[in-house]
Amino acid sequence: MAAKIVVKDLSFSYNHQRVLSAVNLMVEADSILGIMGPAKSGKTTLLRIFNRLCDLIPHVRIEGEVFLDGENILRPGLNVDRLRKRVGMVFDKPVPLPRSIFENLAYGPRLHGIKDKKRLEELVERSLRLAQLWDEVKDRLNESAMKLSGGQQQRLCIARTLAMEPEVILLDEPTYGLDPISTLKIEQTLQSLKESYTIVLVSNNTWQVARTTDNVAFLLMGELIEYGSTHEIFTVPKDKRTDDYISGRFG
Amino acid sequence: MKEKLIEKTLMLLAFSAIGALLLMAVFIFKEGMPIIFKVGIKNFLFSTHWAPTKGHFGVSSMIVSSLFVTIGAMIIGVPLALACAITLAEFAPQRVTVILKPTIELLAGIPSVVYGFLGVVLLVPLIRDYLGGPGLSLLAASIILAIMILPTITSISIDAIKAVPYSYKEGSLALGATHWQTIRMVILKAARSGIITAIILGMARAIGETMAVIMVAGNALRLPQSPLSPVRTLTSNIALEMGYAAGDHRAALFATGIVLFVFIMVFNVSANIITKRWRRE
Ligand SMILES: Nc1ncnc2c1ncn2[C@@H]1O[C@H](COP(=O)(O)OP(=O)(O)O)[C@@H](O)[C@H]1O
Ligand SMILES: [Mg+2]
Repeated sequence: MAAKIVVKDLSFSYNHQRVLSAVNLMVEADSILGIMGPAKSGKTTLLRIFNRLCDLIPHVRIEGEVFLDGENILRPGLNVDRLRKRVGMVFDKPVPLPRSIFENLAYGPRLHGIKDKKRLEELVERSLRLAQLWDEVKDRLNESAMKLSGGQQQRLCIARTLAMEPEVILLDEPTYGLDPISTLKIEQTLQSLKESYTIVLVSNNTWQVARTTDNVAFLLMGELIEYGSTHEIFTVPKDKRTDDYISGRFG
Repeated sequence: MKEKLIEKTLMLLAFSAIGALLLMAVFIFKEGMPIIFKVGIKNFLFSTHWAPTKGHFGVSSMIVSSLFVTIGAMIIGVPLALACAITLAEFAPQRVTVILKPTIELLAGIPSVVYGFLGVVLLVPLIRDYLGGPGLSLLAASIILAIMILPTITSISIDAIKAVPYSYKEGSLALGATHWQTIRMVILKAARSGIITAIILGMARAIGETMAVIMVAGNALRLPQSPLSPVRTLTSNIALEMGYAAGDHRAALFATGIVLFVFIMVFNVSANIITKRWRRE
């Protein structure tokens, strides 16, 4: 399978605190890569490097290379706005913009120059359908997005990312704090999306990783302990620490 | 027991502060209203003829001057203040903001006579030499007021912008918006009720400012013909004539105070309404 993202000897520090050390990793195109690991092991940091949101924080230091379709996205002078259009991100806490449902969805496409009303409506409907939210909101697209439930807001955030028609979707613990039904819906959405998108899913929930991903990376204290197909990692982990983590023997 | 006592004392203090305010309002109205009725509301508000020793009490040229001076100050001051606020809240490095914001706030504490003095010494000659007219003018007053309200508007706007949740900004950037698009479409929109409050507070300060305006505005009792005309505002008129006014004249100055009072009330109430409406959305 083709590699969409290749990470080479990537290290990262905030204010001299090293958070990732020499990570090497690959994300296959049209598949789901799961990133799992205990809290504070650098999962969120890694995701934020993939769309250069890490640029917002002062005093950070990045070494190594990250290639998207062969192009180094860490090189200085890269157009980060264009990169972020190609690499969409969904955060752990869903935060819709304080506008209507429709406007939340249309925000990204408008930024990228789509003005035609008809085209926008199509995009909005398609994205909401993909995120399995259409049926619940189709009659109230002009209502404030803040009125939706937590699970709906998270699907809205996924839909809003899809509306930009990105190539890669990064999800940071997207089901954190959601009820089982919302969680299930989001997992189903991810399964249907992987046919045409490359997905990186950070999750604290080991079962979710086992259920939904094709490959897994296990991060521990900023180190990549193990990387391989989900089937392999969950049946015959090579590293004892992976085994311990999966079977819940981690403090 | 002790708690109760503290509570009672605080209540008493709060009520006496509100009471003092009310008393002041009542006093101004009691002193000013009779003369308004005597000369007629229409005459008082719409005549430009102000000759209090000869029994003419028309304040319309002062109302117009006050409004123009204030509007001028807003036209010059608001864009500047917003530019400062956006730069300091969004673009300047943290270190710079930490130093500059208190410095700007310090500017608000400089006595207005100092601004007036600078205006007379620096600004008025510039206007006279380069734009013509006597220099002492509506324009000079507007510029000085713009500088005086800059710190208030900037400082409150910075707080409003910084209060916008970081996640809105992040969400917008993650959708491929540039920093400037994010500021324009998300941050300023979310911060707008705070920014409007800042602007209205600035306006109230501008229309109420007296000393600096007296020093640079020229104080002529006429409807302004151009930005270069000398003008007399409501506040200037009270301060200039209070010293020697008696009888109806003195009452008419209180009536001028009522007009000011009404303006400031209107500003504050509209600020409250706007803020409430937006918060509900
Ligand atoms: N903005 C930041 N500034 C400084 N340190 C940070 C910042 N974000 C995260 N960290 C630190 O980096 C480490 C890794 O955090 P993170 O990438 O969020 O891990 P995870 O997502 O696996 O919980 C933590 O020790 C955290 O305290
Ligand atoms: Mg995290």
